[in-house]
Amino acid sequence: MSTRAQPAGTPPPPEAETEQRGPDRAALSAGARQERRLGWLLCAPAVVVMIAVTAYPIGYAVYLSLQRYDLRFPGRAEFVGLSNYGAVLSSPFWWDAFWVTLFITAVSVAIELVLGMGLALVMHRTIFWRGVIRTSVLVPYGIVTVVAAFSWQYAWTPDLGYLAELLPSGEAPLTEQWPALWLIILAEVWKTTPFMALLLLAGLALVPEETLKAAMVDGATAWQRFTKIMLPLMKPAILVALLFRTLDAFRIFDNIYVLTAGAQGTGSLSILGYDNLFTALNLGIGSAISVLIFICVGIIAFTFVKLFGAAAPGAEVKR
Amino acid sequence: MAAVGKTHAARWGVLNVVVVLYALFPVWWIAALSFKDPGTLTDGDYIPRDWTWENYRGIFETAEFTRALINSIGIALIATVIAVALGTMAAYAVARLRFPGKRVLIGMSLLIAMFPPISLVSPLFNIERIIGIFDTWIGLIIPYMTFSLPLAIYTLSAFFREIPWDLEKAAKVDGATPVQAFRLVIAPLAAPGVFTTAILVFIFCWNDFLFAISLTSTESARTVPAAIAFFTGSSQFQQPTGSIAAAAVVITIPIIVFVLLFQRRIVAGLTSGAVKG
Repeated sequence: MSTRAQPAGTPPPPEAETEQRGPDRAALSAGARQERRLGWLLCAPAVVVMIAVTAYPIGYAVYLSLQRYDLRFPGRAEFVGLSNYGAVLSSPFWWDAFWVTLFITAVSVAIELVLGMGLALVMHRTIFWRGVIRTSVLVPYGIVTVVAAFSWQYAWTPDLGYLAELLPSGEAPLTEQWPALWLIILAEVWKTTPFMALLLLAGLALVPEETLKAAMVDGATAWQRFTKIMLPLMKPAILVALLFRTLDAFRIFDNIYVLTAGAQGTGSLSILGYDNLFTALNLGIGSAISVLIFICVGIIAFTFVKLFGAAAPGAEVKR
Repeated sequence: MAAVGKTHAARWGVLNVVVVLYALFPVWWIAALSFKDPGTLTDGDYIPRDWTWENYRGIFETAEFTRALINSIGIALIATVIAVALGTMAAYAVARLRFPGKRVLIGMSLLIAMFPPISLVSPLFNIERIIGIFDTWIGLIIPYMTFSLPLAIYTLSAFFREIPWDLEKAAKVDGATPVQAFRLVIAPLAAPGVFTTAILVFIFCWNDFLFAISLTSTESARTVPAAIAFFTGSSQFQQPTGSIAAAAVVITIPIIVFVLLFQRRIVAGLTSGAVKG
């Protein structure tokens, strides 16, 4: 616990992770078996709950997605095979939402990476107000997304908001597609950059100070030290942060729901799924969308793992 | 040298101010809105000219908000307790015991934590209607387990891995009973990790919006984030801006308090395990 109490700026002792101690190797096999049973016993409740709340609903979603199931006509439910998927994938609504989601994800994650790196460097290096800075940075991350979204919505509401005043009068950016998309990205970036920054900060803590000093003595510029030493050493942290944020941004819902409710072509895939379920009350189509989003997220995770290997989730348990 | 130090300090000062403003300004802005009376709502001032508690009095007068606040607190607390209890057991096993399948468990919980919640909404909506828990506390606590339990397992196992478990053995050698060794040595070391995890899980549950608007239909289980989205003004023609701002401040306060009190621990919890390759 002692390593936790120190500021995150100090690197953890190297043995913290590797020194994972099992029982004595000399233990009798009966003891080992008992330990094994205890381990499973302790994990069982968690595993059962995870299967019940995740695996079962997903299986059920797949089942529902193969049905024609309109909640307004529940009596007419019937098995229709893959035709819901055909209907979704041939619909422009799906593709519009798909590209919007992809656009928001790519742009906001890219901005967050740059901003987050800047923020992490400030948090890492600043001499004054270290505590104040770290506390303030945590606030946007902790604050309820809906609250943040309302703050941004009001900021851009003509006559009400401070940001709307900067625009020529009569402009209502949330009622036009492109301005609205950028504002959604702004809200998303504000809210989640701190998370990116904190993960990067933890990565920065792993860069040995002596290496940087040595490079400085050798005449490396600040930029060279950043790109040649810090970035390569931080690569695992950067990849994990990117993966987390990409998957998170891809399921964007709250911000869009509050800012535009998906109007003017700003609806994400999550908004599309929600609308199909609760406005159109079409459980079959809604479930097909759910499953397709799940597959998209799976593809993103798989791509990250394949492309970047080591930084994949679960990699940290390897030793 | 002194001059160089000064410009250096000034540069950091400016940077820090920019960072703090960036992080806090939108929060300040909605707080300011909540203290303005309807007449001055549109004046664009960053500091209300006439402070008023009217908006707060307004939201607490109706059952809608108070009920939602009780729902939020109750649901988030129960979900947190369950997730942390089950998570502690699993994380203890992962950190302490040798058994096959523990890597799978961690990997699985990480994968589930990245799950798109919308994918669970349509099946859960139907399942909950069929078994009759739609629009109840249980109906929200169950889906909250999907993200809170993996988060708890993942964070706690990172914390537990750093506990020097040998101390327990040392205590026993010194004559402590197993219960004493656990209570006096291990529990105090594990408590901060468990507590931090509880805060993180609570913040996640407190934050949820999608499940809260999808799996509730009345006041009986709707939490504050969802209730805010359905607020209507006191008259049909009045925008509920002031009420929303006040409600927003009320649900932001617990988070700010947690962040202020446990800033360091929260950072440790968020970054634990995630970056140590």
